[in-house]
Amino acid sequence: MDLVLDIATWISMLIGCFFVLITGYGLLKFPDLYTRIHAGGMADTLASFLIFGGLALQSGFSLVTAKLFFIVAFLFLTSPTATYALAQATFVAGLKPKLDGFGEEADNTESETEDGAKPNNSESKSD
Amino acid sequence: MSIFAVSAIAILVSVALALARAIMGPTAYDRILALNAIGTKTVMLIAVVGFMNGRPDFLDLAIVYALMNFIGTLAVLKYFKFGTLRRGFSRSSGGKS
Amino acid sequence: MRTIGLILVLFAVWLLFSGIYTPLIISFGIVSCILVGWLARRMDVIDHEGLPLQLGIQIIVYWGWLVLEIVKANLDVAKCVLFPKKYLRPSFFISRITQKSDLGKVIYANSITLTPGTVTVDLYDENILVHALTEASAEGVKSGEMDEKVTKVMGEA
Repeated sequence: MDLVLDIATWISMLIGCFFVLITGYGLLKFPDLYTRIHAGGMADTLASFLIFGGLALQSGFSLVTAKLFFIVAFLFLTSPTATYALAQATFVAGLKPKLDGFGEEADNTESETEDGAKPNNSESKSD
Repeated sequence: MSIFAVSAIAILVSVALALARAIMGPTAYDRILALNAIGTKTVMLIAVVGFMNGRPDFLDLAIVYALMNFIGTLAVLKYFKFGTLRRGFSRSSGGKS
Repeated sequence: MRTIGLILVLFAVWLLFSGIYTPLIISFGIVSCILVGWLARRMDVIDHEGLPLQLGIQIIVYWGWLVLEIVKANLDVAKCVLFPKKYLRPSFFISRITQKSDLGKVIYANSITLTPGTVTVDLYDENILVHALTEASAEGVKSGEMDEKVTKVMGEA
């Protein structure tokens, strides 16, 4: 039984480490800010889920497990808010994303009109 | 070599990569993003190191760090957006300061 | 009514974090929970957004589905990081949302952001501005499956 738990921990945490490393690599490699946000989001979700899941398997069933669960819950609740604030601030600051191929002309003009609607949305945020 | 040591090393390598992005980053927002990623990885690192030393009490520190990371990111973003921390996020009430 | 619910939730969390169960410490915990509940009541933050108990059990089912989506999307993004030439197709588009309440909109936007490969950039009125990393993730938002599920959880037809 112990052996099974150990093996499950190894597998879970090794996959988690793989995703953490990919996150760092993606942060370095992606061409512009908007795509880097996606790479950063990976560490917040699946990597933390797998690593804390592996730790929970090691800890047995106790208060420690509850604390691990709470950390994952905090990360899942707070990270989208921080990411959204970052993306929105970037967009308002006027940084244009690099689109290649798939985003055609229509998408580009749409994002132009978005800029025109900016004062409107900051007002709707205030209430 | 335990799994905890392996994952601690992997997390540290990833932190180093994110730190490189924080140093290189063309815009300030890249740096904030890298900072946020480093914070998340630090939470994992604290938990893993706590387990490695057989002291799960470190998890309390990890919880506090997770919350501080969130608030810190928002505070820095707000500072960049308005240049001050005194004003509210709503523009209409900002006249007071 | 919601104040009592908040105090009970806070006390359960306190019991889980504390780990020391002597009468003195527990009484401190009870007093601090009641103090926080009273302060929150004075600040008027206990409403259907501050403590969304009305969502009930359905939100748990939704979270289960969301975790599955997150795993799939993570594999997608990992492929994209490793072979950017083949998969990287960033796009930027506007999508409609059907939720009426602010809480529903926030849940939907946060779900989109939490799923790697799609990030909510802006949210106003009934439109949502999404940045997607690959074609598959963009299609996932455009198909509106997640939108329907959130609307169902919120109990709005």
